[in-house]
This record gives sequence, structure tokens and C-alpha cells, in this order.
Amino acid sequence: MMNSLISIWAKRGSIWAGRCGDPALLAVWSVAAALVICALIRGGYLMTVMQIAAIYTIFVTGLNVFMGYAGQVSFGHSAFAAVSGYASAVLTATYGWEPLPAAALGLAGALACALIIGYPTLRLRGHYLAMATLAIGLIAYDVAVEWEPVTQGYMGISGIPPLGIGRFTVTSDRGVLVLLIIIAALGVLAAVGIRRSRLGRAFVAIAGSENAARALGIDVAHYKLSAFVISAFYAGLAGSLFVHAVGFVSPEVFGLHMVVLAFTMLYIGGIGTFAGPALGALIVTLLPETFRTFNEYQDLAYGAVLILILIYAPGGIASLPKLLSSLPRRKPL
Amino acid sequence: MAPMLEVERLSAWYGHVEALRLVDMHVDDGELVAVLGPNGAGKSTLMRALLGLVPTQGRVRFRGADVPRRNPVAAAACGLVLVPEGRGIFGPMTVAENLELGAYLLKGNRAEFARRHDRVLALFPRLKERLSQASGSLSGGEQQMLAIGRALMAEPKILLLDEPSLGLAPRVVEEILEKLGELNRNGLPIVLVEQKAPLALKLARRAYLMSVGSIAAEIDPRTVKSHDELAHFYLG
Repeated sequence: MMNSLISIWAKRGSIWAGRCGDPALLAVWSVAAALVICALIRGGYLMTVMQIAAIYTIFVTGLNVFMGYAGQVSFGHSAFAAVSGYASAVLTATYGWEPLPAAALGLAGALACALIIGYPTLRLRGHYLAMATLAIGLIAYDVAVEWEPVTQGYMGISGIPPLGIGRFTVTSDRGVLVLLIIIAALGVLAAVGIRRSRLGRAFVAIAGSENAARALGIDVAHYKLSAFVISAFYAGLAGSLFVHAVGFVSPEVFGLHMVVLAFTMLYIGGIGTFAGPALGALIVTLLPETFRTFNEYQDLAYGAVLILILIYAPGGIASLPKLLSSLPRRKPL
Repeated sequence: MAPMLEVERLSAWYGHVEALRLVDMHVDDGELVAVLGPNGAGKSTLMRALLGLVPTQGRVRFRGADVPRRNPVAAAACGLVLVPEGRGIFGPMTVAENLELGAYLLKGNRAEFARRHDRVLALFPRLKERLSQASGSLSGGEQQMLAIGRALMAEPKILLLDEPSLGLAPRVVEEILEKLGELNRNGLPIVLVEQKAPLALKLARRAYLMSVGSIAAEIDPRTVKSHDELAHFYLG
């Protein structure tokens, strides 16, 4: 009975796919919406966790454009978040700029860095590209640590004002969460638009076969750089939003941990899918909190759940409808 | 009249290995030319070299103008369109998206796009039923039809086909070759790389036989009367 119900549900899901979302995903989204409402009503720690999830949604959505759509690898996007985040932090906390122009300049800096770094780096492929981008992330981390007169090293920069301009500054935690969710939703919608456009089709073609794409007249180097810069834009945006939402920045924020977390979110959510980055960000941010009562076994439970998801839903949570539709169906009597 | 496609002393390398050596060939307007040869003869490399997908030396001229080397985008813009070995379709994309990518250089001319789209679907009606299906889930034959259809969406001035029969059932191969014959009869010049020589010779007006990276012989298919004679060309 249960099996056939699931299969009917999954079958309907496959019909709905691409129109108004799959029922399985709809259920996940409903839980996410409930969590957001709960955070908005109760406030407190859950609010902070949801804010971080929204910021990571933006970061991972960008990474998904580069890795999921264009099929490239990057361990270095934390560098662009760092450039933008630190620029925002320094300009506002040290030089008294308004947050919005500071964030805009930070973002421009991140894009400039992506262009300069991407042009030579994207000539590499596969593992070599991964290693080169990892080096970029490590260099950014070292600069944040060593350039003490500007970044204040390990001490970090505090007293960063919240996002906004003049009297339109979002000061309440609820306001910040709503703003972050709106920006994250716009970011996800923009990524959906990119994927469905000529640009997105070129990205997916490059991921499929660079030579086949070239043979169709697609300028592979140009589009790889475009994907890199677009994803750097998302990373820069996430970096600036983070420092203004939290009010503090230190090198650890944009360290290797950020990269590992973003990769986990991307694969748990579903690489190359529309909903994957948001779902991954939400699940990976919330899971450790869910297992807080496990005390010393918290990390063990967290890791076990991640492994189980990857074993039973290798395409990520966003692939659940497809997974359910492939379940064996009981034949009617 | 000058040939449509002229290849002069074309060589190609994979690293330090010379995979193609001083190839001279030509294709006349409206001709279907077969390139035959055993595994490793350099047939696929020749196709890649024509498009500039591998480092080359020598000249490729199309309608008297030089085709830029190491610039596949420019070669595609000239009208040289390749259906690569193994089809090269983009599996996660739908059939419709694959066809749209074929007309990538068209850049938003909707009327022209619709004309090409209708023409491809008329040639391969099976694709019409599969437009919203992920192309990776098509059968081998359908994938090959999609690969050819996608190439036709680019409105090629010359179509380069690399082993279209690879891994397909004989009946499907026959169907595909029949379509290629139809395209050629309608005036599309085709260079057909094929290991199954008897199939290619049925369609071709001329054939080049390749061996160890160079052209070993030029064959008139009408003069090849038997398999033994063909074997003689292969084995010497």
C-alpha cells in the first residue's frame, strides 16, 4: 500500500517536474518554509543559523553555476568571498563608508580578481584546475592573516555595520533574515534563468564535451571564464552579506572550512540542480544543530547522516523525486 | 572549377606524436567522399584537424579561403560542421536543447531557427516525439540521429561525419546512411569517415584510404567489384 502510494506520488512528481516543482521537493520546501517562519517568530539562535544558511545558499548557487552547469572544479571561491567581505569590512569599519557602496566596491574587486585569476587558470583542466584554485583560496587566507595593518590578522575586524544605506539600514535580526532570504531567492532565480538561457546551454555543453561544444562554434575559453566570473559574483555577494549580517570578520571565516562546507552543501543538495544549493545549505547548516543533544557523538551522527544521504541519494536531496519514481512498483492484483 | 574543400600537406600532432602526416585531399561541391581505413589510421584525427581541434600544420581552404587553424569556432562559422565519433551529444540536456545548441551561431533569428528545426524534424520524425526527453536516455540510433540533426541545425556547408555506424544495429545503420544519401542528393557535401568500408562505398562518389596517418590511396568505388579487391586496397 505504502509502496504504491509512494509510486503514485513520485509519478505525479515526474509530471509536475519543471512546472511547479515535485511533491517530494515540495515537502522539503514546506519544512524549510516552516523553519523560516519558526525562526522569524522565535528568533534567537535558530535565526542566526537560518541567516548563515541563506548566505551559504548564495555562495553555493554560484559554485553550482561553475561546477554543476559548466562542469569545472574550484576550491578557491572562498577567495572571492574574502576579497569582497574584507573590502566591505575595512571600508565601513575603518573608513566609515556606508555599507552599500562598500559592498558594491567589494563585489567589483572580487569580479576584477576573478577576471585576472580566471584568464590564465582556466587553461587548466580537472585536477590541475582544482589544485590551482585551491592555491588561490590558500593565498587569500594567508593575505587575510598576514596583512595585519588592514585586516588585523587573526584578531579580525569587528564593529561592521549592518547592511543598508542611510536611514534604510536593516538593524533587526528578523529584517536581516528576510533581506537575506529575498537576496538568496533572487540569486537562485537568476541561476535558473542562466541555466535556461543560451549562456546556460553553452555551460552544460562545455561540461558534456569541450570538443563537441567547440565544434558547434561555442567559444569554450570565453564561456568558462564567464561561468567563473558569475560564480565569483555570487561568492563576493555572499562574502559582503556575511560580514554585514554577522558584524565581524576574521581569516577563519573564509578558510578551507568554508570550501569544504560549500562542497558538502552542493553534493548533499544536488549538484547541477536548481534547488540543490538551497536545500544543501539548509540541511548542512541545520544538521549539526539537530544533533546537539548527542553531545560528544554530535559529529559522528552528523557525518553518518551525510554519508547515508550520499549513499541513498547520490544525486542529492533535489534528486529525491527521480529516486522515488525509480522504486519498484507493486503490480495491481 | 576549384574544389569546395582543399587540404594541403596537413599534419597533426598529439603532443610529440605525429598522428597525421602530409595529407592532401579535396572535396568537390555536392560530393560525398568517404575516408576509410583500419583502427588507428588517423581518420578521426583528420576530422579533428580539419576543424582545428588539434595542433596542425598545413592548409585547409574552404571555397578558396583559408580556414583559420586552431580556431574551431571560426571553422564552424565557415560552415564546417562535425558530427564527432561517439556522437558527442549532451546527455543531461533534452533533445530540444541539443538541437538549439546546434543553431548556436544563429543568435536569436527565430524565423530561421524554426525553418531549420522543422527541416531536421521532418528528416528525423522520431526526434519530434522525444523533444522533451533527456538525450542521454535515447537509444544509440536516436542519439546518432540527434547528433546529425544537431549538426544540420548549424546549416553546414560541408558535413563531416566520424563513424556514424559505431555501435549501432545494421538496420539502424542502414536507416541513417539512407538519410545521409538523401541529404547529399539534396546538395550537401559530406565527408564520411567509416570503418565499415562496404557501407561507405555504397554511398560515396570517391574514397580516400588512410593508413598510418597518411592517405594511402584514392579509390573510385565503382571500380571496387568485390570484398577481395577492397581487402587488396587495405592489405596491399
